[in-house]
Amino acid sequence: MNEPTVAIDSGLERVAAAFGTHRRRAALMPYLMGGFPSLEQSLAIGEACVHAGADLIEVGMPYSDPLADGPVIHEAGTAALAGGATLGGVLEVVRALAPSVPVVLMCYANMVTAPGAAAFVDRLAQTGACGLIVPDLPFEESDEVLGACDAAGLALVGLVAPTTPPARFAEIGARARGFLYAVSVVGTTGERASLSDDVAAVVARAKASTDVPVALGFGISTATHARQAADAGADGVIVGTRLVRAAGESADPAAAVGAALEEIGRGLEP
Amino acid sequence: MSSSATDSPIAHRFGRYGGQYVPETLMPALAELEQAWLGARDNPEYRAELDLLLRDFVGRPTPLYRARRLSERLGWPVYLKREDLAHTGSHKLNNALGQTLLAKRMGKRRVIAETGAGQHGVATATACALLGLECVVYMGAEDVRRQQPNVQRMMLLGAEVLPVQVGARTLKEAVSAAIRDWVTNVATTHYVIGSVVGPAPYPALVRDLQRVIGDEARAQILDHEGRLPARVIACVGGGSNSIGVFTAFLADDEVELVGVEAGGDGVHTGRHGAPLTVGGRAGILHGSLSAVLQDEEGQIVEAHSVSAGLDYPGAGPEHAQLRDSGRARYVAVTDRQALDAFGELTRLEGIIPALETAHALAWLLAQPQGELDLLCLSGRGDKDLAEVAALS
Repeated sequence: MNEPTVAIDSGLERVAAAFGTHRRRAALMPYLMGGFPSLEQSLAIGEACVHAGADLIEVGMPYSDPLADGPVIHEAGTAALAGGATLGGVLEVVRALAPSVPVVLMCYANMVTAPGAAAFVDRLAQTGACGLIVPDLPFEESDEVLGACDAAGLALVGLVAPTTPPARFAEIGARARGFLYAVSVVGTTGERASLSDDVAAVVARAKASTDVPVALGFGISTATHARQAADAGADGVIVGTRLVRAAGESADPAAAVGAALEEIGRGLEP
Repeated sequence: MSSSATDSPIAHRFGRYGGQYVPETLMPALAELEQAWLGARDNPEYRAELDLLLRDFVGRPTPLYRARRLSERLGWPVYLKREDLAHTGSHKLNNALGQTLLAKRMGKRRVIAETGAGQHGVATATACALLGLECVVYMGAEDVRRQQPNVQRMMLLGAEVLPVQVGARTLKEAVSAAIRDWVTNVATTHYVIGSVVGPAPYPALVRDLQRVIGDEARAQILDHEGRLPARVIACVGGGSNSIGVFTAFLADDEVELVGVEAGGDGVHTGRHGAPLTVGGRAGILHGSLSAVLQDEEGQIVEAHSVSAGLDYPGAGPEHAQLRDSGRARYVAVTDRQALDAFGELTRLEGIIPALETAHALAWLLAQPQGELDLLCLSGRGDKDLAEVAALS
């Protein structure tokens, strides 16, 4: 009897593998805006990220009212929507990337609940995505989406912030699936000159509150920041705005994003 | 009711509507605000200071005026609750003063606000001048253009007015910009939201501060007429003057409550600001689940209205519940009807109403019959003269 050569892993298992198999000090986790500058180019950017060593990719669904995002990602989302990006189109980008890298969709709550959480999550699961991040869904409001993700084998990634009090860490950590997203700054997404002094404390509290890996994001835009995140104990480093800016500024977005990600990844070399 | 609200007397949910759909960074600030309001609202010292300022600074109680020629024209008595006579020219100062006093109690020296027509921005800037607080007001660039007098007033009052250039550059984007500022500066800053929208506890907090309108009006009409009105009518953008006047009458089943939304070019055109009237699937906007204008995928759709204060694709969650329960009903009138009513009230009564208020008046003027009506004249229309002149 032949052993199966390809294992069909659940999204949760693929996310866990992303943190378990890389040879860096922390997993390299780029974010790209679906449909920016165009659907085709966002797919090419994702492929360039895979070539640049991405361990997991976050694909952002453009949204009309992105409350957690700073100007660069907000404007990229607005441009993507103006260019005709739809959920269906962005999910095709996810589907095309999923065989080569674990993909997590970042999507605001109203789009998740619009068709009903279960219907949305089922549709996402069919693309081969591994998980979902909903930046405006605190744990108090998350029961339905979490239930749907658990049923579909998708990781609903929880978020903690520097303002999160200790008692909330335990609640959020217990509900986190796949990884726990530690927000490094009090603020929206965007590049910063330096990482805040709070980072080590947030990462330490996050790690103490959960069994899943902890990834640090918001404001990480250089190799030095990435090294500092690893020094602080982060299991993964999420790079968003720096790459979205590169995509918007270059005539060859995929090459520019790939180069920027490689450079930041150097900060995670052992 | 959400699980987190079970031990709290401040409503997080109105039926299935409301909630707290915000980034994690803000959740502790919402909890802090809720605790602060629980501690302040029945605190004798806070109450005494607010009541004193409502009387001597705002000019409350505002009169309930029997509109002589309007009543004659319609054929039945109509009373106007004169919020236009409150300091700064609208009902907005009731809420702005209550919240800035609260901010001071919380030790927050910086206050931010959004504004559409500029009335809430002026009210917040006024309260901040009175209390010596730093004030930043976000205003859509399109509204900066069409509400210039209020921009000048805010700047005179010492506030910084930040034009918002994204999207349709109106109220929705101003609220989003204010929320992003709050996410960034939450430790030092209180966000004075201007309507009964946003994440809990705001819808309940703003209602508590605006219910003075209805509490006064109910006592006044009983005093004048010895009976309750058959209808209470108010315009609805986010819905703060309407909740403010409705709340006192909620238990009076015989009183019909009518909320008038912005019909824009007509609700059938899709270019309007009437999410409660058109119905459809509930959605999440600015932190709460309520009636929202959105597309099939859940993208929020831009609203359209001649009135900057009603040019908003959402409405407060308590309104959505009042609609579903049938306790209140919601209707829409077009830009054209509102502009006509603006001119008609001015000539009939010598009162220039805000374009927002003119929507409620337009609905009333179109009624074939009535018995005894009470309409909340939520604000004065001086700010709208240039816009009305340009459209006439």
